[in-house]
Amino acid sequence: MTTRTSAPPSRSEPSGVRVIRLGAFSFRVRLRVAGLVAVAAVVVVGLMAWSLTLGNYALSLAEIHGALKGTASADARFIVVDLRLPRLLTAVAVGSMLAMSGAIFQGILRNPLVSPDIIGINAGASVGALLLIVTRQPLAYLPAAAFVGGLVAAAAIYALTWRGHISGARLILVGMGMNAMLTATTTYLLTQAEIRDASRAVLWMTGSVYGSDWGDVRLLVVSLAVLVPLGAALMWSLRVLQLGDLTAHTLGMPVERIRLFLIITGCALSGIAVSVAGPIGFVALMVPHFARMLAGPMTAGVFVLTGLLGAALVLGADMIGQHATGVSLPVGVITSALGAPYFLYLLSRTRVRL
Amino acid sequence: MTTRDVGTAVAAENKRVRMLFRSPSAKVGVLMAGCVLLAIVVVLGLRFGSLPITNWDAINALVNYSPDSYEQTVVRYLRLPRMVIGLGVGAALAVAGAAMQATTRNPLADPSILGVNSGAALGIITAVYLGQLTHPLHFVWFAFAGGMVAAAIVYAFGSVGSGGVSPVKLALAGVVVTALLNSWLTAVLLLHQETLDVIRFWLAGSLAGRDINVFYAVLPFLAVGVVGMLLAGNQLNVLSLGDDTARVLGMPIGKIRMLVTALSVLMVGAAVAAAGPIGFVGLAVPHIVRGFVGPDYRWVLPFCVVFGPLMLLLADILGRVIARPGEVHVGIVTAFVGAPFLIWLARRRQVADV
Repeated sequence: MTTRTSAPPSRSEPSGVRVIRLGAFSFRVRLRVAGLVAVAAVVVVGLMAWSLTLGNYALSLAEIHGALKGTASADARFIVVDLRLPRLLTAVAVGSMLAMSGAIFQGILRNPLVSPDIIGINAGASVGALLLIVTRQPLAYLPAAAFVGGLVAAAAIYALTWRGHISGARLILVGMGMNAMLTATTTYLLTQAEIRDASRAVLWMTGSVYGSDWGDVRLLVVSLAVLVPLGAALMWSLRVLQLGDLTAHTLGMPVERIRLFLIITGCALSGIAVSVAGPIGFVALMVPHFARMLAGPMTAGVFVLTGLLGAALVLGADMIGQHATGVSLPVGVITSALGAPYFLYLLSRTRVRL
Repeated sequence: MTTRDVGTAVAAENKRVRMLFRSPSAKVGVLMAGCVLLAIVVVLGLRFGSLPITNWDAINALVNYSPDSYEQTVVRYLRLPRMVIGLGVGAALAVAGAAMQATTRNPLADPSILGVNSGAALGIITAVYLGQLTHPLHFVWFAFAGGMVAAAIVYAFGSVGSGGVSPVKLALAGVVVTALLNSWLTAVLLLHQETLDVIRFWLAGSLAGRDINVFYAVLPFLAVGVVGMLLAGNQLNVLSLGDDTARVLGMPIGKIRMLVTALSVLMVGAAVAAAGPIGFVGLAVPHIVRGFVGPDYRWVLPFCVVFGPLMLLLADILGRVIARPGEVHVGIVTAFVGAPFLIWLARRRQVADV
């Protein structure tokens, strides 16, 4: 297997682009995107390290290093390994999954104002998860239930929007209707829940990474390992889809099958994230915009960048909620407080005719 | 164009509009039938519930109350207040919804969709838990203020931008402002854990277990709003023709719109204070009523006064019947009845494709 990093001889690539060949595969890599991904990764790692030091029991970076290696005191090890690390890894994973699902849905629907939380896919996932909790099924099925809930919601929205074609404005309204019904269902399920669960449930409804454990982290890491390569591989098809169904079809793309794959991937990303942390609002909406603003149209690289920015946003919001306000606020409150004004700004700027 | 030409044009337009009942006498007849139906529903509402009660007991409790009878006491002190609140709140929500649809010229306008419900709810919660206000006459002003601010933000952000104001943009702005307000609401509630349980039921929107004294306290506001709006039917007709036409006809659009909006928010704030945020009554009832009597607000508004409570009380009874011996909150039932209505509206070509 040979690895070359040079422009192919047949045609000249625009500047700022390198082609990497790995055996039978070759990738065009835009240096700007690669650089941004590297910077975002450094920011995420830096935030993670900073977040480990914060809390009632302040720890220095050296102590954390010791705790991770197993040489620090038992107290420090417990705080770092059992309390802080799972929480921040959950925040990172959930943030990236929500952001990437947002990128997929905005791409499929060719509408920058659509995200799974506004059109009711997150609400569907919540209903699936809560149904499982209220009927006292084993909690191991929670991610599956949330995924199925999101998928059913997506299918229903798609079917109800279809009138010969999918109109963006109609989809938003149908999604809002679905969202209202599903949210009403969650409210009902919450009133059916045991009183002692209610407070925890409200916390979960707002979106919170409080109390996550290594089981959550394991689930999220496995899901990311499957879904990120899948999503990244589908990004090229997504860009072709964005040219319009007719063009994509003419180019020989199996449009409906690709769209189905994309929807399943998007629902899996948001469903699993919701099953762990609840519907954290506006991440899926905001982050893909930032990524596109920084790096241009959605490619596999920008998709990864979206994930990293989502991780940074949720982790940062969780740190603000946990440490900056004196009281512990769930991360969803912070992301909504940041995201809603940004959405209103986008809405006032939009050139899409709605 | 002479006055007579305008008259002919309006008559021709009226012929084109679909309505079930065209002649004024038929409309009055239907209105009377609606009143009779409403009376029947009130008696049904007194009967249905976890404690079975005969028609005789229900009527006796009203006209010939004997304190010895347990059944009559339940009717008089538990179910009757509930029906009374339902009558007032249902009328206020339906009339406010119709007025908002006229002033924004937006078929999707509804106190819950435009964020007024959440604004009022947040206002009340803020007043009660941060200001320590307990008397409804005090915190009802905060409900108005909250509703007014929410309406202003939604309208401001829904109407700026290149496309101008459109139903979908207003609805999107409403959804996002609602999400933002709800996240703040959650934050306030999480700071006051001990009150979460009480508030949880209030927030679901319900007629059950409400303090009738709160209702009496806000009744003047409801009455002023409903009566004022009934008198403004002509002005709403002109407003719904569009700003240019209204201006040509010599109407002070700005003043009228401010006044109507203030009255709507007044009614919605009072309704939220009495029964919690209840959605979709204001969306569905005016549209159903228009199917009966056409777009003339001089007819639509009185019909809303009768059919709004009818829908709300039917939803309340439905919620009691389907989940015996427990009940489903009326806000959840109206969401289930009203949200499909939103989806149906979205699927009509005029709304989403304008």
